[in-house]
Amino acid sequence: MKPVLLVTRRLPAAVEARATRDYDARLNAADAPRSPADILRLAEGVDAILCCPADRLDAATIGQLPARVRAIATFSVGYEHIALEAARARGIVVCNTPDVLSTATAEIAMLLILAACRRGGEGERMVRAGQWGGWTPTQLLGTQVSSRRLGIFGMGRIGRELARMAGAFGLAVHYHNRRPLPPELARDARYHADDAAFLAECDILALTAPGGAETRHWLDARRLALLARGAVVVNVARGSLIDDAAMLAALHSGHIAAVGLDVYDGEPAVNPGYLALERAVLLPHLGSATVETRDAMGFLALDGIDAVLAGRTPANLVV
Amino acid sequence: MPSRLIIARPVPPAVLDRARQEFDVRFLGDDATSPDALLAQLATHEAEALLLTGAVRLDAAMIASLPPSLRIAGSIGVGYDHIDVAAAEAHGLMVTNTPDVLTDCTADMAMLLLLAACRRGYEYEAIMRAGWRQKFGMPDKLGMRVSGQTLGIVGMGRIGRAMAQRARGFGMRILYHNRHRLPADLEAGAEYFPTLHAMLPQCRCLSLHAPGGAASENLIDAAALALLPEGAVLVNVARGTLVDEEALLAALTSGRLFAAGLDVFRNEPAFDRRFAALPNVFLTPHMGSATVETRDAMGFRALDNIAAVCAGRPAVDPLWGVA
Repeated sequence: MKPVLLVTRRLPAAVEARATRDYDARLNAADAPRSPADILRLAEGVDAILCCPADRLDAATIGQLPARVRAIATFSVGYEHIALEAARARGIVVCNTPDVLSTATAEIAMLLILAACRRGGEGERMVRAGQWGGWTPTQLLGTQVSSRRLGIFGMGRIGRELARMAGAFGLAVHYHNRRPLPPELARDARYHADDAAFLAECDILALTAPGGAETRHWLDARRLALLARGAVVVNVARGSLIDDAAMLAALHSGHIAAVGLDVYDGEPAVNPGYLALERAVLLPHLGSATVETRDAMGFLALDGIDAVLAGRTPANLVV
Repeated sequence: MPSRLIIARPVPPAVLDRARQEFDVRFLGDDATSPDALLAQLATHEAEALLLTGAVRLDAAMIASLPPSLRIAGSIGVGYDHIDVAAAEAHGLMVTNTPDVLTDCTADMAMLLLLAACRRGYEYEAIMRAGWRQKFGMPDKLGMRVSGQTLGIVGMGRIGRAMAQRARGFGMRILYHNRHRLPADLEAGAEYFPTLHAMLPQCRCLSLHAPGGAASENLIDAAALALLPEGAVLVNVARGTLVDEEALLAALTSGRLFAAGLDVFRNEPAFDRRFAALPNVFLTPHMGSATVETRDAMGFRALDNIAAVCAGRPAVDPLWGVA
């Protein structure tokens, strides 16, 4: 008898195939949203749950899960949607999917840097609209990426992946972080403890810091003013890091030349000021959206569940 | 007496400023785009030098009609498939290009197109501009991770090598096809394939950096595309003539190719509009070298060549007369 696994949402085909191979898997082919009541109903008789960030596994829900449930793995790095204390109290192990998204998200940061600096969005729209009149030496001139200075705010896994990519473009990397990294992780990147000193070194600023109250509206009017005129900003972390009103003012004044965003304050609502802006490159929070990455996330979540049900401690243990 | 120079097409302001300081300039801008109009301007200005771009064709007939005063035609750009170099040499007209200065910029553009094609840049941007009303499930709208893939580079000159360097930052395995194998220090670990078709089956990503012209016409045809692995991605920042566009359209439409990033087209700017109807392409208007820094440097390099020849010195970047 295979153990029973509840998969709350539709997952990539390779992940569902493995889940079905190894478990009596209850899938969600229609990808219908699941309320806490749905999850409780579907969890009857299951040994483990593979959930997603849109599911709410609050203390009340976890408190009512059947005793048979021994593991919850979330298809995400973040686990704000899971009441960890309640899980611990019930003896349910919680796992997540760290590390495997860093590369894909850093790729999106590099894409946004290149597209914002080189006016890729504008060029694309011009060609699609049939408004390309021909090559001229002065058309759609952007700013060079290679050999300039990239500042990375938040030198975690994604920031370090981005630094490695940027080095291959000849970008000089500076970073601002709560603490300096050990030399083997910092590599050639220069640490600035002081935000003003950091911002003065940025031709391009990439935000890869965590969200939350501490960093809310970190990039505000004061810090934007500390960037050199013509700087480019990209954000692949959390929309809350940017004060959108200040950013839009800086874009309209030309102080900021271009912006590249994968995340938005209050998403999926987006400040309408961005939507009509030619100098903005906008992506719908799909930093981890590659087949390879989503498969790796699903496999890591399943690894965690496999381990718990086999009586081992998973490598991706949260609690 | 400053030398007399015709600037045939618009150039960046800094380039025009410098040209006016050093030469007796007649600037045509957008006014004289026909060959006859250009010939008339060259003759009445008794021009010794011509500054041109890829938009101005110097074929054998045009070169034969040039006024005898003209000593050099300096082209802004690295490609010179718009110039009949053999005819220029026979005519005794020095022709020059502007290599080196656009290498980094063009390689940056190639990596932009590779990332945008693999990560569905056009579709994602269009979703946002429409107001992002959709929610995506975990298996929806997935792109292809660039990092760790195998990249084939066709044409391992300066720009091809700069592309390889960038790709190494993404942990890509680099293969290349070139007329000659490079020395080890330039190869930097890239694996050489003397025949293109032997390389293609391994290339999930393929980036074109070969020169245009008759020798490379339709290098990437239906047979070449069929040799790529299923779901491969093609990037072209070199010349539209390298690709059989009919075959490329078929491969993109059928899904054999996952995506393409195209900065160049067979007919520019009147490119095949069927590309604009495809979701899995990222299209840019031949802007590989389009940064202020690079376009200024390209214009200055062309002026350096013109200044040298007008002063009786050898050109910096001669297209003929070098071993």
